[in-house]
Amino acid sequence: MRARLATSLSGAAGRVSRLTGRGDGSVIGGVLGLRVEPELLRLLAADRQVVLVTGTNGKTTTTRLITAALGALGQDVASNAFGANMEAGLASALGRAPDAPYAVLETDERYLAAVIEATRPRVVVLLNLSRDQMDRAAEIWLTARRWREALGKAEGCLVIANADDPLIAWAASTAPQVTWVAAGQRWHEDSWCCPECGSHLRRDELGWRCGECGFDRPPTRWVLSGDSVIDDSGKVQELALALPGRANASNAVIALAVASYFGANVDQVLPRLRQVTSVAGRYTQIRRRGRLVRLLLAKNPAGWLEAFDVLAPSPGPVLLAVNAQTPDGKDTSWLWDVDYRVLRGRPVFVAGERRLDLAVRLEADQIPFELVEGIDDAVGRVTSDELDVIANYTAFQQIRAILGRTE
Amino acid sequence: MTDRVGRHSAAKDVAATLIIPAQGVPDQNGNGVPGPDGPVRRAAGRHAASRPGSEHDGPRRRDAVQPETFAGQAEVVSAVRGASAGPGPAARRSARGSASAVRLVWVYPDLLSTYGDRGNLLVLSRRARLRGIDIDPIEVNSDQPVPQQGDIYLLGGGEDLPQILAARRLRADGGLAAAAGQGSVVFAVCAGYQVLGHEFGGVEGEPVAGLGVLDISSGRGDRRGVGELVADVDPVLGVPRFTGFENHQGVTRLGSGARPLATVTMGVGNGDGTEGAYAGKVLGTYMHGPALARNPGLADLLLSWVVGHLAPLDPDAEEWASQLRAERLAAVGG
Repeated sequence: MRARLATSLSGAAGRVSRLTGRGDGSVIGGVLGLRVEPELLRLLAADRQVVLVTGTNGKTTTTRLITAALGALGQDVASNAFGANMEAGLASALGRAPDAPYAVLETDERYLAAVIEATRPRVVVLLNLSRDQMDRAAEIWLTARRWREALGKAEGCLVIANADDPLIAWAASTAPQVTWVAAGQRWHEDSWCCPECGSHLRRDELGWRCGECGFDRPPTRWVLSGDSVIDDSGKVQELALALPGRANASNAVIALAVASYFGANVDQVLPRLRQVTSVAGRYTQIRRRGRLVRLLLAKNPAGWLEAFDVLAPSPGPVLLAVNAQTPDGKDTSWLWDVDYRVLRGRPVFVAGERRLDLAVRLEADQIPFELVEGIDDAVGRVTSDELDVIANYTAFQQIRAILGRTE
Repeated sequence: MTDRVGRHSAAKDVAATLIIPAQGVPDQNGNGVPGPDGPVRRAAGRHAASRPGSEHDGPRRRDAVQPETFAGQAEVVSAVRGASAGPGPAARRSARGSASAVRLVWVYPDLLSTYGDRGNLLVLSRRARLRGIDIDPIEVNSDQPVPQQGDIYLLGGGEDLPQILAARRLRADGGLAAAAGQGSVVFAVCAGYQVLGHEFGGVEGEPVAGLGVLDISSGRGDRRGVGELVADVDPVLGVPRFTGFENHQGVTRLGSGARPLATVTMGVGNGDGTEGAYAGKVLGTYMHGPALARNPGLADLLLSWVVGHLAPLDPDAEEWASQLRAERLAAVGG
């Protein structure tokens, strides 16, 4: 009874949040819910097949892809599809789909241990770990260490993890059962050293290994190869996703591995993954004043690296927008961990509350740019038909809100 | 060894020649005479046009600086340049010996580069190249020996475990300590700053031995200092007010062999009202931001210690950094 009351209160608060434009309504509802019933998450997750998805980047997209993949099983899937990934958002998502036998839950890195404890997941997906919002997040090695402790105790749980990220491999290696995926790693700046012993890691085309303690890349059962997936039977199929970029191809291979565990094969699942075109506003193309604007969310250096990978070919113009509110992290120093030289030759526009930080950064890389007031100012200045936008969290939400309004 | 001697004499020569007012702005007579706060001897010339007003004038800068003022400052700059009677930068650099480029050694980016501190390398390189000074950036990973012949050594921030590993390897390697002992410039941030000292707090707060090239000792404080940092720099250094972002749990005590870099007006810094420390040409700070992007005056000070008098930058090249400083200081009421 208390759980049901809490669930309905959650729903009401979520509607208020959406109506007042404070967000997707996902977190605020859950916060109320947990105050009424601290055990809500445990009760709501009971008797479901729960998949938790965590990592620094790609959580929301991978959650969306796994949800789409499990659709092949023909049953309802509960999911916090809008990125509300702390305990409250999870409870809110489960409360909205009380009868779904499956639940795919994006989980904030910091809460993984608590959420494993509460939801007893069948599968935990570990994507990647890299520097992110250093002013409020735990240091990532400490995060990995907490994961190790939690996964070591998670009986009956399969971990599906990216073997190409050494910190992920280390975090997952305590788990009783792991399916390793060769999902790739483009960002190496947080994994130069062995997580086990601290020695410098060696990398070659076969992967990575520690020359000192022997910790090395585990053998993989699923592989992303170019734009194709090699499944655990060795069969090769082209992904041909609608979502752009290598990072999303990685996410899709992981989604295929998860679906396979629940009995859905690649042939059944792949068409469903190809139908995903936009995830919580990301990759959405919106027509604005005669231009086609495409939104890319990137919150940290590794995310920006992946976002550069999906830009329209040069000299396609790009708007970069950065804020430093609490959800973004208040320290903009990370902008200096991004190499902007790949933007040379494009018209570059700079916006957001911390656009001056970006301006100084781009000047140091000698990237010509124009400071603009916002999305419409940039749209007004471009001369081509399309504009790509890379924005961090609150800057992204602000631009979405503007583009969502009628002109 | 000859280049060592040559470099030292060059730096001393410059330090003796230039006097610029505390606010860094020559007066309207263009003489570079003392400002209202009295004369401050500076290690090297700075770009007068880069700071048309004090930091407090930042937000109004565009209004305050009229075209004729820019013209006037251009004259001032040449007057200042003329006043520095020693050899020009090129000659000074050749006095350093055969090396033609400033060797910037980025120490252990694989361990100590977690908080955007690579920006310090980029800013130093950019500001040098804008003046026609060649830069030879050298990245040294923790499995490589640290060369002793660098001109400027940079260390960044990092997490607890990498910091301990870095300290252990730097102690075993000896290259950085040797370079510091020979008078090279060392600029270290946060975890790197602590590593320069006698000891710092490890993962559980236990004392870990540092390099001991700076007379400081650090430990773990009760809570993490996270947020904007504003501090007034030791006037001897002639660098405008610091703005940065700190994110650390360290508390640092200075011994008699080190001086505070600055006095905190907002934030935590060392924990006793001071921020950072320096002795000779070895400097450490808790500031990210990165420190030299937010404080180009400090970048120029480090460069000037190597090459001597710095030619002024085109005001356009300073525009964004000046605006950023003004915005950051205004945002926190600094």
